[in-house]
Amino acid sequence: MKYIVMVNEGPYQHQAADTALQFVRAALAKGHTMVRVFFYHDGVNNGTALATPPKDDRQLQRAWSELAAQHALDLVICVAAAQRRGIADDKEAKRHHLAAANLAPGFRIAGLGQLIAGCIEADRTLVFGD
Amino acid sequence: MAVKKFMYINRKAPYGTVYALESLEVVLIAAAFEQAVSVAFLDDGVYQLLQGQQPQAVGMKNFSATFRALGDYDVRHIYVEQESLQARGLCAADLMPLTYEDEADDYQEKSSIHLVSRQALTALIAEHDVVLSF
Repeated sequence: MKYIVMVNEGPYQHQAADTALQFVRAALAKGHTMVRVFFYHDGVNNGTALATPPKDDRQLQRAWSELAAQHALDLVICVAAAQRRGIADDKEAKRHHLAAANLAPGFRIAGLGQLIAGCIEADRTLVFGD
Repeated sequence: MAVKKFMYINRKAPYGTVYALESLEVVLIAAAFEQAVSVAFLDDGVYQLLQGQQPQAVGMKNFSATFRALGDYDVRHIYVEQESLQARGLCAADLMPLTYEDEADDYQEKSSIHLVSRQALTALIAEHDVVLSF
């Protein structure tokens, strides 16, 4: 089965971010295909490289980066949502004259069209949100 | 490219959280993909379509006029759940008029808003290939 997953909530703020990660892990372990994981609303905060959660807690942002490296996952951060919340790759940082970029490894920033195209391509669309 | 039936479900009030505004941005972008699109409003989401919104007093931009553009984007199926309106003391007359031009009928302006029962909406959701909820 080909899935696209949409993550609409931020890490640590909302269980939806954890559940999405757990679902994607489980689906990949079962041999399913993940067309894309699309991060929207506060979900874009899952893609920051600057989080330093307590060591005895789960490491959500790093877990996504590791999963992406293991499975060649396409982790897409919505550009418009990212601009509102201060998530930037090198290109965005240059374009908007920001002091730094903070996009975590394995993520890329792109438009909402990537969500719609993924929904068209996938057999199932799953939304993890409030 | 195969055409899929997309439904966008709006369940949150227009201000207070960003869900409504960012949901509308998805609907507008998605329109360029020429898929079949429906938009549904239920729970506090019905407040998004209220006439006469004045959120400037709380420092928010009034984006409600953007809903009127949906007709130009070929979004002609806007479903509003009756039970959600009734529970909030609202009726159809409280909502903004949203219309589209019907090219099959001499470009007459027709209402895009359809009031539906919870039961009917359940069946509509089941008919769609892709359901995105906000």
